[in-house]
Amino acid sequence: MNTTSEVDLTARNQVPPSEADRQALEATWRDPAGLVGWFSAINHKTIGVRFIVTAFGFFVAGGLLAAVMRLQLARPQNTLVGPDLYNQLFTMHGTTMMFLFAVPVMQAMATYLVPLMVGARSIAFPRMNAFAYWLYLFGGLMLYIAFALNIGPDAGWFTYVPLAGPDFSPGKRVDFWAQLITFTEFSGLLEAVIVITTVFKLRAVGMTLNRIPLFVWAMLVTAFMVMFAMPAVMLTSTALILDRLVGTHFFNPAEGGDALLWQHLFWFFGHPEVYFIFLPGLGFMSAIIPTFVRRPIFGYSAMVLALIATAFLSFGLWVHHMFATNLPELGKGFFTAMSLMIAIPSAVQIFCWIATLWTGRIHLKTPLLFVLAFFFILVLGGMTGLMLAMVPLDLQVHDTYFVVAHLHYVLIGGAVFPLLGAIYYWYPKITGRLMNETMGRWNFWLFFIGFNTAFFPMHLLGMKGMPRRVYTYPAGMGWDTMNLVATVGAVTIAVSMLLFVINVWRSLRHGQVAGDNPWGAGTLEWATSSPPPAANFDALPVVHGREPLWEAAPEPTQVRGMATGQREVLVTTVVDARPDHRSVFPDSSIWPFISAVATTVLFVGSIFTPWAVVWASVPVAIALTVWFWPRRGETEREMLLEKSP
Amino acid sequence: MMRIVCLLALCLASLTACEREQRRYNAPASPASPASDAGLSRMGPFQPGPAASAASGASSSAPIASAASAPASAASTSLPPTSANPHEENAVAVAEGKRVYRWYNCNGCHATGGGSLGPALMDDEWLYGHEPQQIVATILQGRPNGMPAFAARIPEDQVWKIAAYVRSMSGQLRSDVAPSRSDGLSAGPPEQRRDKETPKPAAPGKDH
Amino acid sequence: MAARRWLARCVAAALAAAVRCNAGEPALGAQSQDALRSAGPQASQVLDLWLLTLGICTAVFAAILVAFVWALWRAPRASAGTPADTTGLTQVEHRPRRVVIVALGASTVLLFVLLVASVSTDRSLAQLVLRDAVHIEVTAHQWWWSARYDNEEAAKTFTVANELHIPVGRPVIMTLRSDDVIHSLWVPNLAGKKDLIPGRTATLTLRADRPGVYRGQCAEFCGAQHAWMAFLVHAEPAAQYEAWVARQREPAATPVAERALRGRQVFLQSTCVMCHAIGGSGAGGQRGPDLTHLAGRTTLAAGALANDAAHLAAWITDPSAFKPGTNMPGHVLPPDDLQALVAYLGTLE
Repeated sequence: MNTTSEVDLTARNQVPPSEADRQALEATWRDPAGLVGWFSAINHKTIGVRFIVTAFGFFVAGGLLAAVMRLQLARPQNTLVGPDLYNQLFTMHGTTMMFLFAVPVMQAMATYLVPLMVGARSIAFPRMNAFAYWLYLFGGLMLYIAFALNIGPDAGWFTYVPLAGPDFSPGKRVDFWAQLITFTEFSGLLEAVIVITTVFKLRAVGMTLNRIPLFVWAMLVTAFMVMFAMPAVMLTSTALILDRLVGTHFFNPAEGGDALLWQHLFWFFGHPEVYFIFLPGLGFMSAIIPTFVRRPIFGYSAMVLALIATAFLSFGLWVHHMFATNLPELGKGFFTAMSLMIAIPSAVQIFCWIATLWTGRIHLKTPLLFVLAFFFILVLGGMTGLMLAMVPLDLQVHDTYFVVAHLHYVLIGGAVFPLLGAIYYWYPKITGRLMNETMGRWNFWLFFIGFNTAFFPMHLLGMKGMPRRVYTYPAGMGWDTMNLVATVGAVTIAVSMLLFVINVWRSLRHGQVAGDNPWGAGTLEWATSSPPPAANFDALPVVHGREPLWEAAPEPTQVRGMATGQREVLVTTVVDARPDHRSVFPDSSIWPFISAVATTVLFVGSIFTPWAVVWASVPVAIALTVWFWPRRGETEREMLLEKSP
Repeated sequence: MMRIVCLLALCLASLTACEREQRRYNAPASPASPASDAGLSRMGPFQPGPAASAASGASSSAPIASAASAPASAASTSLPPTSANPHEENAVAVAEGKRVYRWYNCNGCHATGGGSLGPALMDDEWLYGHEPQQIVATILQGRPNGMPAFAARIPEDQVWKIAAYVRSMSGQLRSDVAPSRSDGLSAGPPEQRRDKETPKPAAPGKDH
Repeated sequence: MAARRWLARCVAAALAAAVRCNAGEPALGAQSQDALRSAGPQASQVLDLWLLTLGICTAVFAAILVAFVWALWRAPRASAGTPADTTGLTQVEHRPRRVVIVALGASTVLLFVLLVASVSTDRSLAQLVLRDAVHIEVTAHQWWWSARYDNEEAAKTFTVANELHIPVGRPVIMTLRSDDVIHSLWVPNLAGKKDLIPGRTATLTLRADRPGVYRGQCAEFCGAQHAWMAFLVHAEPAAQYEAWVARQREPAATPVAERALRGRQVFLQSTCVMCHAIGGSGAGGQRGPDLTHLAGRTTLAAGALANDAAHLAAWITDPSAFKPGTNMPGHVLPPDDLQALVAYLGTLE
C-alpha cells in the first residue's frame, strides 16, 4: 500500500478508466517488493500461482513414488524395494495425491480464477487465503521431511486401525500422517470459507446466481461439501493422535472402542473427498467446452442442479468402502442404491456436454483435447464404479487391482485430464503467453496412451486375484505380463509429464504472446489483460448475461467511482448481485506467514507431546493478535473515503 | 529459490535416518562360532538341562560377558563396556519386546508390570540390577525363588528387546520410544506417559 | 433369473477369448486364485452378475462413445474468432432437450436393473443351503492363518494352519476373527471376501463344487508381510476329506528313527515350544502355527515357500530372509541339530 503523499487516497475511477486510474490501481493493489514483501504477499493471483505450482510439485513427487512402485512390481518377487519402503511408498503416494495434490490444486485454481470470473478485485479474506496456503505448504514439507528421515507413514493413506494404532504402528510415522491431515484439512476448510464468501458477496453487479459461470458453481458446491465433510476426518485423525499420544481408547474394542468407527468417520469424509476432486473437474469441462465449441453449455439449470445433487448424494455413499465388513447386508443394499443413483447427475452432465458438442462448431486445440479424453476415461471409470457399487461384485474385487484401476480412471480421467486442459487453457491468462501447441499434443497423446496402458490391465489383474498394497507377488499366478505392461504405461506417463513441465517452463519465455482473449471465450476473466493487472479490472464490470463477452450488452457495463488509491471492493447481494456496500480490504501483511509458522510449530510439537498444545499456542495467539489488531492509520485512511463526496 | 532451499534441506535430512524408526527386519548376524561355554545365549551343543554355571547369584557381569553379545552386532561375543542397549533408541524394538513379553507369558508372574507371583517391574526396586545387561542376565540365567532361565527358550536378541521394554515400564525410556497404550484391557497409564522412577540400589545380600 | 443366466452366458461366450488370453496361467487344479474361474455357487453367482453388468456397461459405454465421436465428427470446424452462438441463452432448444431426457430415462432404467440384479444376487448368496456344514473357526494373525475345525464333540476338534481341506459339495461355515489387526479372507475361486476385524466376529459361507486347490490371500493391508499372507483351500471328495480329518485328529506319532527322536528333543528344549504346538509331544505354544501335521502341507510360511527340507531349514535359520518383518525370530542351530529338527518335522504327516 503506497502511503506517500503523492497518492490521492480519495481518487475514484472514471468510465472508461483513464491511464491515471490504471496506474493508481496498480500501485494500490500490487504486493510489496523485496524478501519481506515476498512473504507478505496476499494478492489472490500471487498466492494462486504459488498454490498451483506447489500442488504440481507434490504431483510430481507423488508420481515419482508411484514410478518406483511400478518398477518394483514390474517383475514377480522383485527385490528393488523391500516391504517397509514399499509400504511407505504407497502410503506417501496416496497421501500426497489425495491430500497434497488433488484437493489443493482445485482450491488453488479457484483461488486464482474465481475472483476474475465473478468480476471482483480480490478474493474474500485475502490474508486468510495466504495463511491457508502457507499452512498447506508447511504441512506438505513436514510430511516429506519425515519421509526423508524414515518417519514417513506406512499404514496406507487411509490408515485403518488397529494397524495404525499405537500397538501395531510403533514410533511416530502414523502421527506425522495424522498431523498432516490437521494441516491440510484446516487449510482446506479456510479455503472453502473463502470461496463461498467470494462467490456469494463479491460478484460483479448484475451477475445474478443464474449467470454465474458453471466452473464457479462447481467450486461453490465443492466448498460447501468441504465444510461438511472435512470436520469428520479432522475429528477422526485427532482421535487417532489421542489414542497414540495420550492413551485414549477410541479404537480399542477391549475398552469399549471400535475399530470400525475409524472406517465410518474416515469414509464419511473420504467419499465426499473424491467429489471435491471430481466436481471442479466437471467445472473445468464446463468452462473449456463452450469456448472451443463456440456456444454456451446446453442445459445450464440442469447442470447446476446436477452439481448440487451430486454433492448431496455423495454424503450417502461412504459404506461402499466397507462392503467387506460384517455390517448388516440390508444396510449395504441401501448404499448400493445410493452409489448407483449418483450416476444420474453425472449422466446429466455428460449428456448435456454431448448435446453441446453436437450443436456446436469445434475448434480443436490442446485444452479441448484433454477435455475430450474425459469422455473415454471417466466414463469407463464410472462404469467400473457401478460394478463396485454392487455388493456381490465388490466382494470379489474390493482391495484388488480392479479398484486401483477404477480410482485412477475416475480421478485421472475426471480431474487430472480436465486440470491439464485447464492449465493449457488459462496459462495464457496467467502468464500472457500461450503454451506450445505441438508439444501439447505430444503431451496429450503420450498421457492418454500411457494412462490406458498402465491402468487398463489392472482391471483384469484384480479379477484374476491380485490384491492391492502388496510389495511383490509370486511368479506363475498369471499376473506377470500385465504388471510389466502396466509399468511400461507408467513410464510413458512419466515421459508425458516431463513434456508438460518442459512446455510450461519454456513457454514462460518463448511462448507466443497471447492477447486479452486468445481463445475468444465468453467469461469475465478474458475481459482483462493477460496477465491481469494487480487490481484485476481497470473498472469493475457490470454483467447482463451468462456469457458477458459474447452477448451484446446494454449499458452500463462498468462501475464508475470505485476508489483507486485504496483497496476498495464492491460487495453485492447474494442472489441478484445488486450493489450492497463498499468495503476496504487489508494491505499486504507478513502476519499470515508468521501465524502459519507458529501454527506449524504447534502442530508438529503436538506429535511428540501434548504439552505442545499448551505452550505453542502462546506464539500462535500473539501472531494472530498482531495480525488482527486494528491500525489507526488504516482506519483514518478508510474514513477519508467515507467523508469525500 | 525457496524450492531449492527446501530441496537441499531434504537431502541433508535424508542422510540422518531416524534411529527410532529403523525396522531391522533381518536377524542379527549369526555368531562366528557357537559359544563354547555352555549354551547360555546361543543354541549351543545340546545340553540336557539349564546351564549349571548360571547360578552365581546377583553379580551380573562375569558369566554373561563372554557369551552375550550386544544386539545387532556381528559376531561379537563380549558385553559392551557400558550398559547401552541400542534397542532403547528404537521404538519398533521396544514394541516387539512388549509383544513377546505378553507372548512368552512374562505377565504370568509379573502381570503388566505390577507383579503378582514375581516382583513388580514398574517400580524403583530392582533385586538384581536395573541396568540393561543385568536385566538380560536375569532373564537368561534365571534367579532364585522362581525366575526361570530362558537362555534356551528365547533368542538373545529378543531378550535384549524384552529388557528394553522392561525398563520402559518404569519410565526409563524416552517418551517417543516407549510404547503407548496397547490394544486390549487397559492396565494403567501407557509406558510413555509414566514418570521416570529412580532405581534404588540393591541392598547387598538381600534375598527375595 | 433364467433370463439373466441366458444373457450372462451369451456375454460369457463373447468374452471368453479375451479373458483367457493371458500366458502362463496355472491350470485350474494347481493353486488357482482367480475370480473368473468359479468353483462353487457363491463365486458362480457373482460371476453371472459380473457378466450381466459387464454387458450392460459395455453397451452403455459404447453408446456414449459413439454419440460423442459422432458429435465431434459431424460438427463444423471453427476458430477463436468464430462468433459464438448464444441462441441457447434465450431460446429453449427442444430437440437436444428431448434426446437428453430420453437418454437419462434409459440410464435410470438400466441403473434400476443393476440394482435389482445386485440385490437379488445378494439374496441368493445368503440363501446357500447350510445343512450338514463343516464349521471352521478362522483366526487371522500377522501374517498367517489358524483354523479350528469345530465339532459337537470337543475331542474331535482340531487345529490347522494356513492350509484348509474342505469336502466337495458340502457347505462350509467359517467364523472369522482376528488376533491383531484387520485382515480379509479371500479365496476368489470360491467366494467373495470378508474382513476379519478385532473385536468382531464375521461369518463367511461357501461351498466348493469342483475338486482342486484354490489359493486365497489376505485382502486387507495388514502390515509388513501382507503380500505373503496366503492360504490354500484343498477341495476334495468326501472320502479323501474324511481321511484327512481322521489324520488331523490324531496326535503326532513318536518318531522311531534316532535322528528324528533327537530332532524332537531339540524342538522341545529350544525356543520352538514358546510359540508352536505339536499334539502329543507336550509342546503347546499358541502363538505360532500348529505344527502337528506340518509335513502334510504343501507350503510353509502362509504360502511363501514350498514345504521341503531345504526350505524348512532355511526358514528356521532366518525367517526374515524370506518374509522380512515376520514375527518368528531366527535360530542359529548347530548343523546337526538343525538337520535332526528338520528330519523330525518331516515325520509330522
